[in-house]
Amino acid sequence: MNGGTGNMRRASYREAVREAIREAMFKDERVFLMGEDVGRYGGCFAVSKGLLEEFGPERIRDTPLCESAFVGTGIGAALGGMRPIVEIMTVNFSLLAADQILNNAATYLHMSGGLFNVPLVIRMATGGGKQLAAQHSHSLEGWYAHIPGLKVLTPATLEDARGMLWTALEDPDPVLIFENNTLYNMEGELPPDAGPVEIDKAKLRRQGRDLTIITYGASLFKALEAAGDLAKEGIEVEVIDLRTLRPLDDETFLTSIAKTHRALIVDEGWRSGGISAEISARIMESAFYELDAPVERLCTVEVPLPYAKHLEEAALPQVDKIVPIARKMVQING
Amino acid sequence: MNAEATKKQKKMKIERDHGLHLLRQMLRIRRLEEKSAELYSATKIRGFLHLYIGEEAVAVGVMEALTPEDAVVATYREHGHALARGMSAGAILAEMYGKQEGCCRGRGGSMHLFDDKTRFYGGNAIVGGGLPIAVGLALADKMQKKDRVTCCFFGDGAVAEGEFHESINLAALWQLPVLFVCENNLYAMGTALELSESVTDLTRKAAGYDVAARAVDGMNVLEVEAAAKKASAGVRSGAGPYFLECRTYRFRAHSMFDPELYRTKDEVEEWKSRDPIPNFIDRLKKQGLLTDADLEQLEREAAMEIGEAVAFAEACTCEPVEDLTRFVYSERRKV
Repeated sequence: MNGGTGNMRRASYREAVREAIREAMFKDERVFLMGEDVGRYGGCFAVSKGLLEEFGPERIRDTPLCESAFVGTGIGAALGGMRPIVEIMTVNFSLLAADQILNNAATYLHMSGGLFNVPLVIRMATGGGKQLAAQHSHSLEGWYAHIPGLKVLTPATLEDARGMLWTALEDPDPVLIFENNTLYNMEGELPPDAGPVEIDKAKLRRQGRDLTIITYGASLFKALEAAGDLAKEGIEVEVIDLRTLRPLDDETFLTSIAKTHRALIVDEGWRSGGISAEISARIMESAFYELDAPVERLCTVEVPLPYAKHLEEAALPQVDKIVPIARKMVQING
Repeated sequence: MNAEATKKQKKMKIERDHGLHLLRQMLRIRRLEEKSAELYSATKIRGFLHLYIGEEAVAVGVMEALTPEDAVVATYREHGHALARGMSAGAILAEMYGKQEGCCRGRGGSMHLFDDKTRFYGGNAIVGGGLPIAVGLALADKMQKKDRVTCCFFGDGAVAEGEFHESINLAALWQLPVLFVCENNLYAMGTALELSESVTDLTRKAAGYDVAARAVDGMNVLEVEAAAKKASAGVRSGAGPYFLECRTYRFRAHSMFDPELYRTKDEVEEWKSRDPIPNFIDRLKKQGLLTDADLEQLEREAAMEIGEAVAFAEACTCEPVEDLTRFVYSERRKV
């Protein structure tokens, strides 16, 4: 769509990520992309399609199926002066590289007394909603956010898909970027000069006065849709996109809660021990007396994600689950 | 020693200075390790402590094949590698004391010695976990067209880990300059090689990845050195990775918590008769390259160095607790 906003251009989330990779490859010759099927296949979600032809096999490296080795190789290459972008097909597969991510990437700087930082970026797909069942659909970004030494980014918008990568590459420490697989086909507008964005702050995506929804990733759009529906009932919902799960930007959601006095966390991860629990605890610690209602959480039902469409939909956070919780919360008068 | 090995040894000519250098390096490691054990018993050192006694010829021989620009990735039994690579005994001991003057400010301890000046990338205590890092360091060198070698030490236990197979495959596939040095001391902690591996000739595993491989007597520093030099020359010239198996033995327990139920005293004694240090001393003496006075001097120097290192560690200070969370993330904002 070019009307109205003449300078804007149409792009998909997938294209935004691809543009970000291309930009990084042009800007810094130390940058290269490595992972399973990133080259000849074009990426399992077609993110890197065409990049092999453009940059050649030295910089767009197809790897064997060996998550631990190629993630560790990324760590070593980062230590050796390169700026690797490692792609892991899905977060479930990243568990095969959990040793390298947790025991090496996250520990080296502290364990070496500050000698060796690891400027590595790992991108991976996350999330359910595509009927890929229990070994391709989980949302473990909150789990990685448990680990000191890592930074965990969850770009939801096109701007963030386009802009977070370069900032992550400039970061001296390991950064994990989680791309929700339901977003790759999402289309929207990007300014022609779209570029790097900061990665330290959450963002207010919709203003409101009655309730704060704190969310990230694909759930952001469900929250925004729910907020639209609730507005028709006169309920004004503020929606915060966390953008980064580690370090968490407490200030942005606490400021919002000081205004709305109600907080609902929508998280595609599981409830027990998840990032929603962490956010809730921080609200209790820092904004307890601001609350007019108990903090609520809407998370994925605690099951391995099933294949059947109706079951998967029932397991994931949905707009029609957000709305009644929000409605109930604003009826409570603290 | 069999007749062929004796013949081979005789063929290996050695300069006096170099012979003394190799002996000095092995003695320094031996005395450092003995002192570490003593300090552990005195509770000056805590945590896990894995001693390299018996295996000195491997680190000393291999380090001779490396340049200062090369990189080293080692295991949790790495005091000897660190010392042979050029790290100071003081920085190593202070680290084991948990002091901020230690090479890692006391955050790593015995199992995690790191040093940027000598490109020493740990001190890695997840068996097999260092191999992918070595592959990555080598990839960085290759992409940056640097003629450097990454030397990766690991034990026979690591060969059972997936990371070994993934890493050697990747290094071979991409023809990366990695010198894989397998320190085969016959036991993965307490599990004998034949209880771990369906194929106990480990060089055959490397051959399966089309990687040049050789096994050497890891108790013979000259043999290790010669093989490592040949291997590293090939690796440096772009011939791809190399797998060097050094057959060795650890004389002490796996760590300080090991009653050694899994091996016999006879076996240990038999291997001790092949101790790399006395055997090398005998050889140097027989060749007229070493006098008793030389040996006394080497021992005196080693004792003095280790004594000074202990005094240094004793005088070191603790990192302030306020600094506990420093270096979880870099203090520089950008790379």
